[in-house]
This record gives sequence, C-alpha cells and structure tokens, in this order.
Amino acid sequence: MSVIAYIPNQEGIIKKAGFELASYATALAENMGKEAIAVVLGPMAGDELEKLGKYGISKVMHDANPLFAQLDNRASAKALATAAAQAEVVVLAHNNEGKGVAPRLAVRLGAGYVSAVTGLPQSITPFLVNKVVFTGKAIGHAEILTAKKVLTLAYNSFGVHEKPVDVSVEAFDSGCSASDFVLNVQQTQKVTGKVLLSEAEIVVSGGRGMKSPENWKPIEELAELLGAATACSRPVSDEGWRPHSEHVGQTGKIIAPNLYFAFGISGAIQHLGGVSGSKVIVAVNKDPEAPIFEAADYGIVGDALKVLPEFIEAVKELKKG
Amino acid sequence: MKVLILIGNVPDTTTKVKFNASRTAFDTAGVQWIINPWDELALTRALEVKEANAGAIESITVANVGRAETEATLRKALAIGADKAIRIDADPVDAFTVASLLAPHCKEYDLIFAGVEASDYNGNAVGPMLAEMLDIPSIAGVSGFNVENGRPVFTREIDGGSQIVEAPLPVLAIVQKGIAKEPRIPAMRGIMMARTKPLQVVQPAAAEARTRYAAFDLPPAKAACKKFGEEQARELIHALRNEAKVL
Repeated sequence: MSVIAYIPNQEGIIKKAGFELASYATALAENMGKEAIAVVLGPMAGDELEKLGKYGISKVMHDANPLFAQLDNRASAKALATAAAQAEVVVLAHNNEGKGVAPRLAVRLGAGYVSAVTGLPQSITPFLVNKVVFTGKAIGHAEILTAKKVLTLAYNSFGVHEKPVDVSVEAFDSGCSASDFVLNVQQTQKVTGKVLLSEAEIVVSGGRGMKSPENWKPIEELAELLGAATACSRPVSDEGWRPHSEHVGQTGKIIAPNLYFAFGISGAIQHLGGVSGSKVIVAVNKDPEAPIFEAADYGIVGDALKVLPEFIEAVKELKKG
Repeated sequence: MKVLILIGNVPDTTTKVKFNASRTAFDTAGVQWIINPWDELALTRALEVKEANAGAIESITVANVGRAETEATLRKALAIGADKAIRIDADPVDAFTVASLLAPHCKEYDLIFAGVEASDYNGNAVGPMLAEMLDIPSIAGVSGFNVENGRPVFTREIDGGSQIVEAPLPVLAIVQKGIAKEPRIPAMRGIMMARTKPLQVVQPAAAEARTRYAAFDLPPAKAACKKFGEEQARELIHALRNEAKVL
C-alpha cells in the first residue's frame, strides 16, 4: 500500500504546487508508515522528474503519452486508477485539472473524496481531515468512510518542504490508448510573464476604490516589485476592468497567499470568504468602517491611489537594503 | 441538444454561518436559500445560447437532490427560463450519494452543466462523479460556452492560460465564473409561467455515503487590525518585513 501524489505539470515543467503536493504526500506517507509515490502524465522536460526526489518522493511512475496534454479528465482518471490500484490514498492538486479528475478517480477506485484539504489528517483511523467550508466562513472536519481515499490539497496550505531521497523514475503503461482521448483542443492562450494567482505567495488586489481601470498601473508595478500576482474584487471583474481570472472571492478564486494587499476593497462577506485563508492581510481603504479592516492584520485608512506610490517607494528602498 | 443543469440549493452567500450546539450540523434557522451561484450562471448562459441559436438547444432541464423545501429554488430556475425540473426526493448526504441518485435520470441528455463547487461545503465533486458514472467525458474549468455549427464549443481555464475545446456529445461541463456575466432575474411573466411548468418528483434509489462531517469549527477570531496613518506607508512595509516576516 502507498500514498500516491498526482503531480501536475505545465508543458513538462513542475511548478511550486507540484512540489507542495510531493511534500504533502511524503509527510502523509510517513504518518501512515507507507511509501510516497508520484505519478506524472505527459511528456516531461529534462530532469524535471528527478527534482521530486528533493521532496521525499522515492519512486516516480511516468506515462509520457503526449495525448495527456489534452487534459482529458476521463483518460487521466483511468490512468491514475491503474497507477493507484494498490494505493491507500491518492492526492491531487486543487487546480482545475485536479478538481475535474479527483472525483472521477474516487468513483473508479470506490474511494471517498474530500476536496481542498488544508493539512495532514488529524487522525488516520478514522480518517479525519480538515477542509474549508462555507467558503472560508468555517472549517469542516471531514471523515472518509472507505478504505481508499482521494484528496485534493488546497494551494499554499502545506508549504514546500525539502527531504532529499534517492529517486527512481519508472516508465509505466497507464493503459490509455488514442481512443481514450476525445477532447479536441483547438486553441491555447497562455498568460505569460505573470505569477499564477492560485499559487502566488503575495497577491496585490484592487477594488472599486481604484476608481477606473487606468489606475491599475501602480497595482501592477507593486506586484512586479514583490514577485506577486494581481487580483481584483467582484465588481471590478463584472465591470470588465480586469479579467474574470483575477476575481478573488466566493464566486471567483479562493486563495491563501502569505500576504494579501487589498487596495480600495471594502470587504463584502463574499470577498472575505475567498481571501480569509491569507496569512497576513493589508487593507487600504478610505472608509474606516469598511469590513475589510475587521479581517485585516494591518491597515491604512486612506486613499489607495495616494498610498500605492508610497508603498512602491518603500518597497524599492527595502530592496536596495 | 438536450441540456441538463444540476442545481444546488445553498444558503444565501451573505449568510452568517452558525452550527448546532454539538457543532455537528449547519444551523439552518433563518437561512435564505438560493441557487448555487455557478449553477445559476450556467443556466443563464444556456438560456442565452438557446435564444441566440434557433434550434441549437432543444430544451433545458434543471435537477437537484433534495426534499420538498428545495422546490422554491427549482421554481426560481423555471421562472428564469428552464423548461422543466426534476427533484429527487432525498437528503443530499454527500457528493457520492447525490451523483449516484442523479445518474439514472441523466442518460437522455447531450450536455450536462455542473457548477465548479457548491458554495456551502465547497465540494466540487458531484459533476465529475456523475460524468464518471455515466462514462462520458468532462471538461473542467469551463468559463465560456457557445454553439457553433450545431456543436458545443467551450473555453476552459488551465494553469497558466485558457483553451478553446470541442468535445463529442454527450459531455459534462464543470462551470466556473465567466460563463455568464450576471445571473438572470425572473420576470413576472416567468414567475407566472413557472407555476405551470412540469416539476417532476422522483423517488431515490439506494446510495451509500462515502464521507461525512464529524464536526465543524468557526475560524479563530482575528486580532485587531494594526492601523497606520496615510503618511506611514514606509512604517507599514517595515512592519511586514520585521514583525509579520512576510516580505
């Protein structure tokens, strides 16, 4: 029996979320007295797979079939079910691919499924693990009643932990043939040069208090200085000032960075739901009564447009040392 | 194309969350119930496409697993414009039971929409589980939907970008933000018509739960916000480095 981590990749490259997942699987396997194995689907670049050894993964099962790049949930679930025939727990990333594949895999394996877990299980027997419910307004202690378990891990909830071991990479035949891949990807548009919002450690976000889309320059500048992702509140994406992919909140993305800057965001309950997992929240808002200050750790009552350039200067000074 | 939209009945998104004394169940006293936000957006988009492409979408059915009190939510979906509703008369115990109870009633549909998650237990499982039970393809992260030359075309969000994807029918789309701009508000005519539209109640088959909630907690209370003056941006940034240690 083993703990299996399905490591996501972007065109053959493993990102931070993949190493976080490897770290989690390693720690979980250790708690359970099992082996941590990684499964990777699709062609991989250079020595990417060996990198998993740095995070405690001793064995990588790799099916390099290029058709996996289509992200066909049914085919991926079938492949993982083959790899996980002997596994007790399978862990996936809580990204769109993981959300699409994990429940399918659970049905295939006869396993119980809990999504977006925020840490290691409180107990293995019974299998109890925490997850966010009511979009951050509460924590649920979810119990899986079946022998096999499938989990997705919420981003930034466990962290990346090094634990170097010798790693063996083995080719494995998942049993998927061309007829298993039925989605037809016509076009791909990449977001380049930007930090992925869901896995960003720092997020700089703007709300209606930014007044117009033309005022977003300093938000982008501050984000770039900090190596941060940019985000926005719901009215901003509804107005079309910023793309939907940047909307954080109950109906947008749920994020948990180390540091979240909210400029001109009043903090509606739905917005707070999506960002309350942030370790530190900094709010800048004109209205001293804005609910964002109840959720924030640090704040300035003031005009976001005036404070932003000051922040940029202060960060530049800090960087100079 | 016959379209099915899975409808979650969830507490209004402004609800202050409370639990019973033993912390084992959500306290529903005084809660307003709504259509799960993503399901409502999927319904809105399906209606827009039905109206814009004559004949492309033959009918729109909505379905949920729930007791009689969830009918107000299904009636609202009918008032917005769905043609018919199905209610499977059972408590939605966990995602696996919900998908299992829905599966026998989903076989005649070409296109099934499921919201990416429900805003109560944030489970994101019913749609993909149902697709697996029906052995049909699913597309995750769908933020756009159209019908071109009689075939559905989806936009989906992936890590680091987005894609235009076509799929053979039947297919299940897992829908997120972006698919429609604003949910529709039922007009008086829609509300009147909804009363006469079919709402079929079906008896559940047997299904066994695979997960449960042992308990719930509210998040720990936060310390008071440390406030700085409008001229003290530098001090705040220093506090983030030296005190909070996040810079």
